[in-house]
Amino acid sequence: MINKIAASAAAALAGVRDGATVLLGGFGGAGMPDELIDALIEHGARDLVIVSNNAGNGETGIAALLKAGRVRKIVCSFPRQADSHHFDSLYRAGKLELELVPQGNLAERVRAAGAGVGAFYTPTGYGTDLAKGKEVREIGGRMYVLEYPIHGDLALVKAERGDRWGNLTYRKAARNFGPIMASAARCTVAQVYETVELGGLDPEIIVTPGIFVTHVVPVPRSGAREAA
Amino acid sequence: MSIQRRTRDQIAARVARDIPEGAYVNLGIGLPTLVANHLPRDREIFLHSENGILGMGPAPAKGEEDWDLINAGKQPVTLLPGGAFFHHADSFAMMRGGHLDICVLGAFQVAVNGDLANWHTGAPDAIPAVGGAMDLAVGAKRTFVMMEHLTKSGESKLVERCTYPLTGVGCVKMVYTDLATIEVTPQGLVALDWADGLDFDELVRLSGVPLRRA
Repeated sequence: MINKIAASAAAALAGVRDGATVLLGGFGGAGMPDELIDALIEHGARDLVIVSNNAGNGETGIAALLKAGRVRKIVCSFPRQADSHHFDSLYRAGKLELELVPQGNLAERVRAAGAGVGAFYTPTGYGTDLAKGKEVREIGGRMYVLEYPIHGDLALVKAERGDRWGNLTYRKAARNFGPIMASAARCTVAQVYETVELGGLDPEIIVTPGIFVTHVVPVPRSGAREAA
Repeated sequence: MSIQRRTRDQIAARVARDIPEGAYVNLGIGLPTLVANHLPRDREIFLHSENGILGMGPAPAKGEEDWDLINAGKQPVTLLPGGAFFHHADSFAMMRGGHLDICVLGAFQVAVNGDLANWHTGAPDAIPAVGGAMDLAVGAKRTFVMMEHLTKSGESKLVERCTYPLTGVGCVKMVYTDLATIEVTPQGLVALDWADGLDFDELVRLSGVPLRRA
């Protein structure tokens, strides 16, 4: 019997190695897999490359991972936030490498990795500093920049419900990067608030089919989360 | 009569006038979010949020916030009946694929050819952050800019060539400021209307770039 529901977050993350590229779902706090990130900190892996939209805020999630000194490089679109102080100080001290990627290119590079696309041409960023040194091509009278996929060794995503085959549904705008990141890593771990029996998720509304998911980790629903 | 600079809300209302019934619109973070408060109630307009929302509604009542339902600025919002959620690759396909009719962005500078600079001052100690600005700038059918006409030190943000790092090349179609509404055309900048108490020659002088009357 296939059962992807893990005994614990620690068990799901046991195979993570130092230097791993980790795709983290979430946009600000929405969809951020905080409990899995806590388990990753507990696991102790270091020299991580983090791929996520933001670079953490406050003291939890990515900020906690940065504070623990586990991150070598961050690939993101929008690191600067009112309370991104852990990122800010590490970056200014030269202790953290930053690859800044326009948000749509970030999403498409992750999607391309999951879809087996070798590279793609995008109009986004053409003529800007973020396309410097990249191959460009005119297609149909418009200029495009060549961008390569971003593969993860690990993806951590936050979903709402899951079953033992790894099928997932999300909640509202907490979906954001979750489905594409789930598809783009060799090992994908999803935290869920509720596990259901097979057949308990309407197949018409499953957003991430279980083929993209390695482990499902049930986590308790905490109280109302503070503002991101 | 002294110059009656348009307030932020008046600029937002001026932008809103140019958004037609049925338009799919993305409002950038900061100043452009004000436009939502001024959309005419007799028009159905679809607001898109980059983090996977179409049919975004206004802020919730206090105590009703749902932190799984936020906008690009990470503030709580609501979903209108008929609204939809989708993942990030679909959300940016809506931009890059040319499905959005209008995006409204803030700016540091706009050049006479429509080049936009709005993501980075280039200062050595500044932390760069681009978000969805580059995707919006080149993806929407029409890119509107909403900004103060002058910097704090009185320099025009309309320029011959952007000195700040570019967000997009030749992408801006309209500029709405506290002093004027300006269209970017292949023949240069055209002033459509300007603040009360400001005469056209003074507008040209303050702008520091060639301007024509509509």
